[in-house]
Amino acid sequence: MSKRIEVHDLNVYYGDFLALEDVSLQIEPRSVTAFIGPSGCGKSTLLRTLNRMHEVVPGAHVEGEVLIGGNDLYAPGVDPVLVRRQVGMVFQRPNPFPTMSIRENVLAGVKLNNRKISKADSDDLVESSLKGANLWSEVQDRLHKPGASLSGGQQQRLCIARAIAVSPEVVLMDEPCSALDPISTLAIEDLIEELKQEYTIVIVTHNMQQASRVSDKTAFFNIAGAGKPGKLIEYDDTDTIFSRPSVQATEDYVSGKFG
Amino acid sequence: MTTTIGDRPSRMPVTSTFTDAHLPRLIEVWLLLAAAAVSGAALLLVGFNPAVWAVATAALYVIAIGVSSRLVENGRKAKDRVARALVTIAFLLAIIPLVSTLWTVLVKGIGQLSWNFISKVGQATFNPATLEVTRTAGALQAIVGTFEITGIATLISVPIGLLAAIYLVEYALTTSHLRRVVTFLVDVMTGIPSIVAGLFAFSLFTLIVGPKAFSGLSASIALSVLMIPIVVRSSEEMLRLVPTDLREAAYALGVTKSLTIIKVVLRTAIPGIVTGIVLAVARVVGETAPVFIAASFTDNFNADPLNGPQQTLAVLAYTGYKFPGKDIAASNQEAWGSALLLVIIVILFTIIARVVARIFAPKSR
Repeated sequence: MSKRIEVHDLNVYYGDFLALEDVSLQIEPRSVTAFIGPSGCGKSTLLRTLNRMHEVVPGAHVEGEVLIGGNDLYAPGVDPVLVRRQVGMVFQRPNPFPTMSIRENVLAGVKLNNRKISKADSDDLVESSLKGANLWSEVQDRLHKPGASLSGGQQQRLCIARAIAVSPEVVLMDEPCSALDPISTLAIEDLIEELKQEYTIVIVTHNMQQASRVSDKTAFFNIAGAGKPGKLIEYDDTDTIFSRPSVQATEDYVSGKFG
Repeated sequence: MTTTIGDRPSRMPVTSTFTDAHLPRLIEVWLLLAAAAVSGAALLLVGFNPAVWAVATAALYVIAIGVSSRLVENGRKAKDRVARALVTIAFLLAIIPLVSTLWTVLVKGIGQLSWNFISKVGQATFNPATLEVTRTAGALQAIVGTFEITGIATLISVPIGLLAAIYLVEYALTTSHLRRVVTFLVDVMTGIPSIVAGLFAFSLFTLIVGPKAFSGLSASIALSVLMIPIVVRSSEEMLRLVPTDLREAAYALGVTKSLTIIKVVLRTAIPGIVTGIVLAVARVVGETAPVFIAASFTDNFNADPLNGPQQTLAVLAYTGYKFPGKDIAASNQEAWGSALLLVIIVILFTIIARVVARIFAPKSR
């Protein structure tokens, strides 16, 4: 299951501050899209508007529309809770629940919502999710150990397993490898490659090699200066962005001349 | 002259630039002994007094270690040694009252502790033949009263305090007026003298029930006035310590805000919250004045917190001393016994809290 994401004329505000101005883009199902750009350019903000997580910050609001599978996330009556059940998210720092075991962490999306699930079903869900996150072989004999007992890279894959256990349509990743070593990063990148068969994936990254390795399309965001809104500068196939971008700023950024 | 490879040139004495003159390692011990000996000898001439001796030894030691370090070492190390000495003295001063109190209560109260003391109600029996009043010690009425009054106070304070803390941390915006009002009122409540809380509860019940409205419930209300701010403050701190990451992780799984608070935030913070609650209980279980005003005191067994005076251990310790019966020594003994019992109960609470916190604490292996 995966769905197309369409963003039309989106402005994102934190209170009175315009953080992101006039963004429009389309993300195809079963693809990986990377958001790159300097810090503060609004790429994480845009990612968070895709499952209404930006609303955790008081005063955050948007203008424009975001359609996932044709449904507007910001239409009246939309429940952010239902949105987030279909649009999963993986964060910068691995954040397994410290009070739960590995198994409970994978089942968190089910258990925290008080949904009933049989023992056999939950066993299957744990196994399939952990296999989906390439973690099963490493943890299958210690599912009852705390999630915090894993290494950083394993914890991040546990978080991915937790996200895909609720079978979302879209998986958002906010710099998922920035706190990880190169080996763990490679493991996550391989995993993204596999997850793309089933999910629409959007990833924010500061690592340009990573963007060029894992993504099909890349969006470059930039900011004119402190206090100014971030803007989408260029959005195209990853190959195009990295080899012959049409905007000078993109070329400067991907070739390391600034940012 | 032959030199073998690897010989170090040793004609010039090498002085490391990393070392400096320093006092011998055990200098502190020696100086302390010397200070004690000198001040002791000096005091013997004018009359020995252990308290003066301790003070003189401490002062002499601070001066000696400062001066000798300044002479041999350098200014920085001298300051370090003097500061170290002062901090140690401050620490010793701080634990003297604690140790002294515990020791006195233990020594004076231990003789009173027995199964009878815990399981019987204190009574005075009048012997018509000899016209003598014999006092049988017993604290059961006070133990029951303590647990009932403190228990009801806890039942009132914990929900109110915890919910207020959840409101402050999870729901109130930083700009919210209500949040500022609540925080301000909690601060004010923290400073309320316990006697005022007792008067509040007493007058409240006098208004509702009528004159002489002594009851355990009234005392519980007084204690909860003291407890609520402590519970709010400690729970608020603990809830704030829960990383935002965890809340976001739950939201991103499509978990509602209320379930996130109950199953993630509270679950993660519960060890600290329990510790805070037990500290609050330990703080009010020894309160005397408000209970004395609101529940009065009694030697009769009264397990009904809604009607009539009730006794607590703290009040028994006070009344046993202040309003002794015919047999003054026995009443005083009873007071010491109940004081010790109170200390033991507080220690037990603390241990239970530690165990509970350990059980719920996040594990990493």
